Amino acid sequence: MDKKTNPTDQARRRFFGQVAAVASLTVAPGIILQQVAHARAPELPASDRQRWGILINTNKCAEGCDACVTACQDEFGWGPDSPNEKHSAPNQKAQWIRKVKLTDKQTGHVQTLPLMCQHCEHPPCVDVCPTGASMKRADGIVLVDKHICIGCRYCMMACPYKARSFVHEELHDQKVNAPRGKGTVEACTLCVQRVDAGRQPACVEACPEQAMIFGDLKDPESAISRELRERGGEQIRADLGLNTGIRYQGL
Amino acid sequence: MKNIRYSTIKGNSAGYLALLALLGAIAGAGLVAAFMMEHYGHFITGMNQQIVWGTPHVFAVFLIVAASGALNTASIASVFGKTAYKPLARLSGLLAIALLAGGLTILVLDLGRADRLIVAMTYYNFKSIFAWNIILYNGFFLLVAIYLWTMMDPTKTQYTKVAGFSAFVWRLILTTGTGSIFGFLVARLAYNEAIMAPLFIVMSFAFGLAILILVTMAACKWTGRPLGDALLRRLKNLLGVFVAGTLLLLLAYHLTKLYITQYHGVEAFILLNGGVYTQLFWIGWMLLGSLVPLAILYHPSWGRNRSLIGFASVLVVLGGLAAMYVIIIGGQAYPLLIFPGKEVASSFSDGIINSYTPSLVEFVLGIGGMAVALIIVALALKVLQFLPESLADEVVDPHHK
Repeated sequence: MDKKTNPTDQARRRFFGQVAAVASLTVAPGIILQQVAHARAPELPASDRQRWGILINTNKCAEGCDACVTACQDEFGWGPDSPNEKHSAPNQKAQWIRKVKLTDKQTGHVQTLPLMCQHCEHPPCVDVCPTGASMKRADGIVLVDKHICIGCRYCMMACPYKARSFVHEELHDQKVNAPRGKGTVEACTLCVQRVDAGRQPACVEACPEQAMIFGDLKDPESAISRELRERGGEQIRADLGLNTGIRYQGL
Repeated sequence: MKNIRYSTIKGNSAGYLALLALLGAIAGAGLVAAFMMEHYGHFITGMNQQIVWGTPHVFAVFLIVAASGALNTASIASVFGKTAYKPLARLSGLLAIALLAGGLTILVLDLGRADRLIVAMTYYNFKSIFAWNIILYNGFFLLVAIYLWTMMDPTKTQYTKVAGFSAFVWRLILTTGTGSIFGFLVARLAYNEAIMAPLFIVMSFAFGLAILILVTMAACKWTGRPLGDALLRRLKNLLGVFVAGTLLLLLAYHLTKLYITQYHGVEAFILLNGGVYTQLFWIGWMLLGSLVPLAILYHPSWGRNRSLIGFASVLVVLGGLAAMYVIIIGGQAYPLLIFPGKEVASSFSDGIINSYTPSLVEFVLGIGGMAVALIIVALALKVLQFLPESLADEVVDPHHK
């Protein structure tokens, strides 16, 4: 016997199909983002379930390339192309990230790498700050609260990486990403505004050699964790026991 | 000991007014300098991203260290019962407060956001030795004020000993805190030593006493009050002990650093090839600030010459400023060890000796703070009875022949 499909059933199937598609389209991006980049809703606080970090492969880091540095400058409005800090002497201008060239004293081996705030688990800058302006977020990002920084510069004395800068003059036309302030201290924020939106830090995104991997050090399945597990990675001045969030390969 | 009579100074002579006018002009210039730094920003100073603490900190830390040392003379009288020092106890307490006020004035006015002082007073990170210092400074003002009160109010003298003891213990903790600001800095090769705390304490004894000797000599001379040789001899001998004590701890500091290979670079920088820092260390701090004063103070005939004792005290003060310059700025000038075993180069002064040229505004702010301290002393002597009418030997020491 021929089994004919009831036209009413077909309409019902189409309806359910459409509902399922709309529902998937609505919910899926959220689920995917949560899984992939751990974006967090603005009303939720940073959580210690994550620890953000960057793994930098110095073997891929090209001498003469400063794409990460210029990306950071564009993102936050510092550096020679910014309209600011024109009165400050070269050694008074802020530098949130810098390219460092290393030459081994024994072998003459040369390598370059980007150096910025290492987002320590035990940051000396946070320890010494008298007011608590220097602080570490639950997810490991080390920041300066510009509202309670009194500009004493003790954190700059304490940082083993010289990662922090002091603003020596009035600033204008600032980027909205991270307002800076005369008389306060600042440093790499790990692009906290991007991270909170599920994006990568500007330097990582800009690296033409893909030498930098950003991710969650606490997630064993994240790319950074897998790479660290398989190929290892070192901390700068690991002897200080600060457990940095920025790791390097090929040091 | 006879009853010591204290009285205010008249403070209406042309000399007194001229002194106040001079100090007021220096302090006023210091305020202008601070306002300029606040208004334009720190780019008008010589301080930069590498030398973050400059000349203002040299003066500020010197005054704060000297402040706790200035209290020593009072402590010797009240805590250790040496009555010969008692006539100077009030002046000693006054100087302690005045020098600390002068030093803190500089420190606060140099802040990037001096307008946020209230934040420093209301937000505390108790793991920060800096935050502890803020509490220690305020406590020091309070305890020394109470101590002075027990000395100056005849109905409260039974509390002098306990107040003096409290202030003495507090001042030791305070200078431990000041030294530890540097001692706790893990990243800087020149600091990061527990000995910074006792070194600062023994330096404070020397600097504070040198200033006390100078202020006592000046106050007695300008007000025509007698100052006996016996008291001055005690003070100058004590000053010599403190200067020698500083040398001993400094020797231990440098021997430790010299023994450990990792520190050979920074030691060579400070002691041998650091340019202005090496010169300030050897000529400023060691020769003029320590050895020449020691030779004067313990020389059989020079040590009896008042002018030379005063000169030696001036040298100890100048040597102290040189010491602070070497410790604070020299310590920052030497590069951090970020990559052991590597030569380092970057756009951010990595791997090179950091340059610093002190600016006029910083220097003026520094001497402005010193002037503030001396203005407090000059005014206090006029309104309250800090200064004995006589420090003659027969008044101070009954056994004096």
